[in-house]
Amino acid sequence: MTDAVTFRGVSRHFGSVKAVDEVDLAIHDGEFFAMLGPSGSGKTTCLRLIAGFEQPTAGSIEIFGERAEGVPPYLRNVNTVFQNYALFPHMNVLDNVAFGLRVKGVSKAERRRAAEETLELVELGGYGTRRAGELSGGQRQRVALARALINKPRVVLLDEPLGALDLKLREQMQEELRKLQRALGLTFVFVTHDQDEALSMADRVAVFAEGKIQQIGSAEDIYRRPSTRFVADFVGSSNVVPADLAGVGQTGQWASLRPEDIRLDAAGRAATVTGKFFHGRVTKLSLDIKGQSLTALIPAHEATPDIGETAYVSWDASRAHVMELEA
Amino acid sequence: MRPATSQPAIFAPRSGPLARAVDWVIRHPRMFVFLMVLPITLWLGIVYIGALIALLIQSFFSIDEFSGMVVREFTFKTYGELLRPYNLDIILRTVAMAAAVTVAAAMLAFPIAYFAARYAKGKWKALFYIGVMLPLWSSYLVKVYAWKLVLAKEGILTWVFAKLHLTWALDGVLSIPVIGGNSLSVSYMGTFLVFLYIWLPYMIIPVQASLERVPGALLEAASDLGATPRQSFRMVLFPLALPGIIAGSIFTFSLTLGDYIVPQIVGNSRLFIGQAVYTQQGTAGNIPLAAAFTVVPIVVMGIYLWGARKMGAFDAL
Repeated sequence: MTDAVTFRGVSRHFGSVKAVDEVDLAIHDGEFFAMLGPSGSGKTTCLRLIAGFEQPTAGSIEIFGERAEGVPPYLRNVNTVFQNYALFPHMNVLDNVAFGLRVKGVSKAERRRAAEETLELVELGGYGTRRAGELSGGQRQRVALARALINKPRVVLLDEPLGALDLKLREQMQEELRKLQRALGLTFVFVTHDQDEALSMADRVAVFAEGKIQQIGSAEDIYRRPSTRFVADFVGSSNVVPADLAGVGQTGQWASLRPEDIRLDAAGRAATVTGKFFHGRVTKLSLDIKGQSLTALIPAHEATPDIGETAYVSWDASRAHVMELEA
Repeated sequence: MRPATSQPAIFAPRSGPLARAVDWVIRHPRMFVFLMVLPITLWLGIVYIGALIALLIQSFFSIDEFSGMVVREFTFKTYGELLRPYNLDIILRTVAMAAAVTVAAAMLAFPIAYFAARYAKGKWKALFYIGVMLPLWSSYLVKVYAWKLVLAKEGILTWVFAKLHLTWALDGVLSIPVIGGNSLSVSYMGTFLVFLYIWLPYMIIPVQASLERVPGALLEAASDLGATPRQSFRMVLFPLALPGIIAGSIFTFSLTLGDYIVPQIVGNSRLFIGQAVYTQQGTAGNIPLAAAFTVVPIVVMGIYLWGARKMGAFDAL
């Protein structure tokens, strides 16, 4: 089966800044793929390379097996949901959604029907005559999605689409996006800096840092078996500790130890509590074991020692993961 | 541990009459708004609107053809005079010139404004503003006379065309009926060029401001959805820039409608509205007809703006 998107040694440099640096990547047909990384890590530039807003400095990009370098955005059957939605302010919702069909010369009646149908799909039926300015953030988000889907694109690109929404709405949209993607069977490529979002939504995640991909894998792979210190730290703020302290691997290696895998245990090691934060479901403890700082998440119903006191902690060595690569 | 402090929670009231007055106004926001609006209301209401109404009243008077005295009786007779072929020609000529100047200014200004809004950054942007505004810093009369020399038969333009062996092209253009003439400086084309030059900044600045407010993502979105560059321009960029173009055209259109110096210095001897007003209120002493002529641009602009609104030019505001 042909992959939806293939990057081979793709670089995009802006002067001396290597926004994307020799990236190899294969996004499978029909998968929900997340690009995760901090700002400036190159994930958005990768998305823009797929959309055609940027051209690679080096390397080759294929979309469903066809060469995409030098092809302008309007000749790519790929559509984007923009970060701030980029809805046309001088058009109503229906005209926004129908835009893609209008430029293709589809008749007015036909594109009207299709636009209404697509609005139904995103549960905005009957909103056609409103102006973008009259909609809430969540509704604009849906209009942007409908506008991208009406063209029946081979790949849908989503640039931090949920970033501007409040927490509750974001969780609801995450679920809906996932459902929609499954129902339509389309390839979704999703850019986010929110690791929760990436892990919970995507089939596979690529973690970006400084223009390079650090690791590609399933959500569980990325979380349980981070291959670099960066991934361990960025995804789920893991403790990166010397392997012998974690009880795995050999001296000189580093291991990732998840904060939630550390538990209070009277028979465990002594650690000094240097910070204590109540988070509702859990209490976050900052600990110090012989100069090595550790973070532990303790279920909130357990009694925790106060700052300055000694906590006794242990963990299951099998939960610690030795990192193969030093980065 | 709290830092020891002797600072009060509320500071003592300020002294001095001005400071106390300011504090009082700050506490009374409605008074503040009233004081802000008062001068402009007086200015607009008395000096501006008042003068306009006086003008309008004058246009409904007429002149006694024997004595040359203004008859202070309400009549449409003066407006009837506007419809005489000679006067109607003046109006049509002026409106046509204003329309041509406006369209040309919009077409010329758009790429310049687009460059400034999209690509110019930092010092290049400063350079753009200086470049656009610089011509406005020098005297309008000097510029118009300079243009007369540039466009004259013995002028630099004729010389350049001759050196380039393109005299035939210039002669060809000048031989076009109506807009041509003996030389550029005594033709409608010359008048048009000078108008275009002196009013161009008034078009560039508002268009640039409107383009600046169009997020780049909107153009990317259009392109992403399959719009060719031409479609993006027609369906997204142009409609969003239209309020700026209309704002600019209000300047270029009304300034051309009212100007009486440019056509007097550069052009043939046929009158424009401004010149007609000048002669009627000066040498001819026909204040009512001058006033009626002055009302024409106001009516034309009113119709123009109403039409622009109808066509949705301000929907993106």
